[in-house]
Amino acid sequence: MAGFELKGKFYETDEEGYLQNLDDWNEDVALAIAKTEDIEMDERRWEVVNFLKSYYKEYQIAPMIKILIKEMAKMFGPEKGNNKYLYELFPAGPAKQACKIAGLPKPTGCV
Amino acid sequence: MAKEPKPQEIISQINYKPPQKAWMDIPVEIKEGMFCYGAKEKSLQTLDFPNARAWSVLDEDWKLPEKWDKIVLEGMAERLKKYRSFKIFMDICVRCGACADKCHFFLGSGDPKNMPVLRAELLRSIYRKNFTAAGKILGKLGGGRKLTIDVLKEWWYYFYQCSECRRCSVFCPYGIDTAEITMIARELLNLLGLNIEWIAGPAANCYMKGNHLGLEPHTIKNSIDFLVDEIEEKTGVRVSPTFNRKGAEILFVTPSGDLFADPGTYTCMGYLMLFHELGLDYTWSTYASEGGNFGFFTSMELAKRLNTKLYSEAKRLGVKWILGGECGHMWRVINQYMDTFNGPADFLEVPTSPITGTEFTNAKSTKMTHISEFTADLIKHKKLNLDPKRNDHLKVTFHDSCNVARGMGMFEEPRYVIKSVCNNFYEMPENTIREKTFCCGSGSGLNASENMELRLRGGLPRANAVKHVQEQYGVNMLACICAIDRAALPPLMNYWVPGVDVTGVTELVANALVMKGEKERTTNLRGEDLSWIEDEESKSTDETQIRV
Repeated sequence: MAGFELKGKFYETDEEGYLQNLDDWNEDVALAIAKTEDIEMDERRWEVVNFLKSYYKEYQIAPMIKILIKEMAKMFGPEKGNNKYLYELFPAGPAKQACKIAGLPKPTGCV
Repeated sequence: MAKEPKPQEIISQINYKPPQKAWMDIPVEIKEGMFCYGAKEKSLQTLDFPNARAWSVLDEDWKLPEKWDKIVLEGMAERLKKYRSFKIFMDICVRCGACADKCHFFLGSGDPKNMPVLRAELLRSIYRKNFTAAGKILGKLGGGRKLTIDVLKEWWYYFYQCSECRRCSVFCPYGIDTAEITMIARELLNLLGLNIEWIAGPAANCYMKGNHLGLEPHTIKNSIDFLVDEIEEKTGVRVSPTFNRKGAEILFVTPSGDLFADPGTYTCMGYLMLFHELGLDYTWSTYASEGGNFGFFTSMELAKRLNTKLYSEAKRLGVKWILGGECGHMWRVINQYMDTFNGPADFLEVPTSPITGTEFTNAKSTKMTHISEFTADLIKHKKLNLDPKRNDHLKVTFHDSCNVARGMGMFEEPRYVIKSVCNNFYEMPENTIREKTFCCGSGSGLNASENMELRLRGGLPRANAVKHVQEQYGVNMLACICAIDRAALPPLMNYWVPGVDVTGVTELVANALVMKGEKERTTNLRGEDLSWIEDEESKSTDETQIRV
């Protein structure tokens, strides 16, 4: 079974390191996942991750990237609501990396 | 995840020379980057499929049920009885080899077991050994072999390296449909819980929530509302779609990917704009919220189960007919299976365009019409105000989606639409389009990320044809009418043919569509600047003046 251990607890992930149970998520878990992605979490990155979490809570899926960009612009200003900024924070793509750190499952299907 | 090889590495490694040893003596080697992760316990449980358990492809032990070989052979016997096509395809191949070099996965890998004939032999050898006199008596000499765990793993590896595109069947003198052989093989594998998660996950979502992404009704509404705002920003026109509306004339169904991922979202905006401009009496459904059918990549039973919602929702809402969006395999299911799966849909009417009065008699039995047919008919009757100049920065080519081309026989309508909304259109070489179209390399549920090397190899022949028109004509846009294409082709183009982007056909239509009450379009739907149009117009005015 894939996963990782943290502070004596085992967290199950899928083969790609996505958390299997969203309820397992906490900030320490997020930091541990971020580390595997070579991402150092800071305030700017938490803004994105926290938005993703709250969106997921309401809609049960990660937002489309256009929604993420628009909402970031609304909440934090246009300099943070664009693709370039998000890719600077999450070089492998906000959809992939930020969602993974937020504990969200990977969207599947024709995507 | 496996490291992605460089294009040159892939090209230099492809070797078409057959190995010295006979194929049965070469054991399967499961290579990273070439397979998808196994189906999760949860997904199989949701679908009520057998042997739901946690397992990993790279583990020695696949946690199979006891007497798994008996289950497979009984499953095979049952299907040989049930499907005459399967029995015939097992019997009639003369191994002429006409199909051998027609498969994109063979062309991109050089692996002989990706030759359609040999892929089928993987199954056929077990058929011979267990169901024919010659195979039973002669064994290997008669082309038979015993069903072992290695054979089973070989099946799993290679039947999930076939995208069921059916290009090989176009060239088979006997008309053997190797995709159907893959479909049966996958059914047999599923008796043991051996699916891939990239198929089982979406199928489970679809079974529970109506669509592959698992979008909830309020999420669908929210996503479309967001696109409505985007359209208003770009065009100044506020479109007003409705959801689950009883009494609407038409039910519209499209892949859920169009509501989530770029560039499908632009195509989705295109649908919304087109229908608004026509004043079409149509509704979205948050239940029949998926055109695609990953059940079709699993078993006939599951395909049928997932497809049921189209007719039942049409009935519940009391619509007259169904309009379908830009999806690939959905159209194979509709055109070749839906009538007998879920029909007859005698509570619906033959689709008739309320704008032109055209009756789509080709959809007489299914009652479901393709958006490209619908749009082509509108254009033919001059019902759309189009300004193709807005697409002048594009040099477009068209990728025939396998299932629409070979599973439905639709070639002309999307081309007619593209040529009506774009001034620059160029065809790829003849042996790579229409019924001979090359797969995107990711069809039949193989568009995961862990098998990226497989996808890049399988997509090489398609990419190569795009590269040809890029070099010849400067093509910079690849149009398609399938959601898997829209998801799979962008990374394929980035890898093999940088500089070529991917679009749905309806996105091109919407960008050219002059809507009533629209503001001046300063950008296209992607937000790309269109000020060059004015520059060009003033340039051409200057030129006219000079000429005068």
